[in-house]
Amino acid sequence: MNKPKKPSPQIKRNEGRHQDKNERIKNFDEVALGFNLEEALIESSRCLNCKTRPCEKACPVNIKVPDFITHLYNEDIQSAVLKIYETSLFPAICGRVCPQENYCEAACVLKDRFGSVSIGRLERFVSDHARKNNMLKLPECEKENGFKVACVGSGPASLSVAAELRKKGYDITVFEALHEFGGVLRYGIPPFRLPREVVNFEIENLKKMGVKFIKNILIGKSVSLDDLRQDFDAVFVGSGAGLPSPLGVKGEDLIGVYSSNEFLTRVNLMKGYKFPDYDTPIYVGKRVVVVGGGNTAMDSARCAKRLGPENVTVLYRRTKAEMPARAEEVENAIEEGINFEFLTAPVELEGDENGRLKRVKCIRMELGEKDQSGRRKPVPIKGSEFYIDTDVIIAAIGQSPNPLIQQTTKIETNKWNCLVVNENGQTSIENVFAGGDVVRGGATVLLAMKDGKVAANAIDEYLKKKSEDRRQKTEGRKQKSDK
Amino acid sequence: MEYKPQERYKIVDKIDISDVISKHIIYAPFIASSAKPGNFVILMKDEKSERIPVTLVDFDRVNGTITVIIQSIGKSTAEINLMKKGDSFLNVSGPLGTPVEIKKWGTVVGVGGGVGIAELYPIAKAFKEAGNKVISILGARSKDLLILEDETIKISDEVLITTDDGSSGKKGVVTDAIKELYTRGEKIDAVFTIGPLVMMKFVSLTTKPYNTPTFASLNPIMLDGTGMCGGCRIEIDGQFKFACVDGPMFDAHKVNFDSLMKRNNGFKDFEKQSISEFERTHKCKIGLH
Repeated sequence: MNKPKKPSPQIKRNEGRHQDKNERIKNFDEVALGFNLEEALIESSRCLNCKTRPCEKACPVNIKVPDFITHLYNEDIQSAVLKIYETSLFPAICGRVCPQENYCEAACVLKDRFGSVSIGRLERFVSDHARKNNMLKLPECEKENGFKVACVGSGPASLSVAAELRKKGYDITVFEALHEFGGVLRYGIPPFRLPREVVNFEIENLKKMGVKFIKNILIGKSVSLDDLRQDFDAVFVGSGAGLPSPLGVKGEDLIGVYSSNEFLTRVNLMKGYKFPDYDTPIYVGKRVVVVGGGNTAMDSARCAKRLGPENVTVLYRRTKAEMPARAEEVENAIEEGINFEFLTAPVELEGDENGRLKRVKCIRMELGEKDQSGRRKPVPIKGSEFYIDTDVIIAAIGQSPNPLIQQTTKIETNKWNCLVVNENGQTSIENVFAGGDVVRGGATVLLAMKDGKVAANAIDEYLKKKSEDRRQKTEGRKQKSDK
Repeated sequence: MEYKPQERYKIVDKIDISDVISKHIIYAPFIASSAKPGNFVILMKDEKSERIPVTLVDFDRVNGTITVIIQSIGKSTAEINLMKKGDSFLNVSGPLGTPVEIKKWGTVVGVGGGVGIAELYPIAKAFKEAGNKVISILGARSKDLLILEDETIKISDEVLITTDDGSSGKKGVVTDAIKELYTRGEKIDAVFTIGPLVMMKFVSLTTKPYNTPTFASLNPIMLDGTGMCGGCRIEIDGQFKFACVDGPMFDAHKVNFDSLMKRNNGFKDFEKQSISEFERTHKCKIGLH
């Protein structure tokens, strides 16, 4: 094709195509449609190929952004995807759910003048194109080294540990408590943001590489971490932030009150949106209220919208500017007709005689002094209470780690019950490493993957050192006995 | 221990106990090897199924099997009970929940109602083996719904049976039998009850004036069973606990049964829809109404 000369930064930044807003609220298909080849080539021509590589430096896993974009521009997609794979294991996932606006795209020198290069969309295009055209070869795995490593949980952190260590010849077993693999990629993030074929593809590849996946076993209940670390040379805990925070207001036992975890699990993992073809029901009634301002709140609100209630309203106690959700997802939600009540918090839930939620009493807030997070703290305005009639309320106000492992094994935790690790992801137990949300509380897929990479390298070093020590000991003993 | 991926979970034997109650013996060696009395598992027949929690009735570590007894009360349970020997579940996860602490209380009274009798059985058996005097009270609507009578007799020092219509044992309800024990001066050190919520509520109310430690196995609507969703939250002494990981057995005197009974009706309309779809497509009626 006739593509623009590179670099052509002045060309308008392309955000990618989206499914029509009136259509997409009736389905769970992917909203962002990304680029076709032509669009990708044009966007790739905008990259200046800066010598200083600010995008690469800003990327938590240091993807060689200018290089892959150059390969793409040269229409050598095979080389482009291999370049990404050098540092990132799951680009089709990251290309979709990584908040690039905070990392590579925030650092792009074009940002202020012309708009950053759409790096995330390009990453996604390259990996999707490679997947669909069978351009991806499984990575080579080194010869089995005899060490066994267990990964607890099958979310992004564990998947990245499994991939890294399998390549290095480790025998990897991934334990998942639920019946499908992927963790938050499966039960949390809705298919309209992350199509399930992308997740399936990555897991199938790991299986082909020889990673063992065991479903239906809950570590901390079915087996303790202590038992597990007897049976494996090292254990990586990537069990996520599975404990929902309650709203902490009166009426939480009413019917129609969901945690975002329950709501999203019913919809995404159990496919409640296909009821009665699928057996798990999901109740939304006519009016839905979602509490929270993060990505989970946006996912909950947008899933609810697709189940056909008359209205969906998000309550957030700060203003739009402070929302932790990705700007793109907030815009998508607004486009889809979701209402927002900013500077608003629930104070009480009221139900009828059958225990069904009827309305939520709210209070208006104003922003006061800055708190520890550096954000201005919301303060209730006295006498500003008002009611919103609703059938369902979904609490999406944060999560803390699933406490099962900490309850059954003595391991150092902080005051939020997160596992404490050193810079290598090692916990207070020698052969136990951890990463992702069980360490960070509620963070992102990308940071979980990054933690996985760090821990994988540390596990590799730890076990190699251990075997070296062992070898020296036996040799020492041999020498002694020879004398 | 060897950990091997298990793709499906075969029913090695199935016995129909009544029209609506079946016993399934399932090959699940990992669960069998680590199960304890009071643990439960979650069953999924196929990928479209709900996750159905059910308390283990027995486990055989040698043959790698677990036993569950299921009563058809909705579409999912009815579908499970239509499965045959040789069929497989797509998923059986567990063992889940907190096992019952088996210790020497002295005299333990087990109160089972309906299919809860089956779930009580391994717990009563373990208490007997731990040297307790075990008195079992079994309640059912009528004789034909009474299960595991012979098995329970074998592991109990005494068995009292009540039926609503008097077709077996005494006509009445389980709380009558508990009162009878108190009246005759039996020193009861602990009561464990599994059955319909309303029954457990009244068992709790009956033992409360005597301050007899009483434990009830609760069955809220559950989704993942791993402590992740909070759907199974139960008010215990004003605090929320999760039945899936903190329970399912709780101090009955602290449970807010009324709240739980309301919550368990949360999806009733959907259940009706599922059942009518199911009965429309299945010629054989399974007696769900």
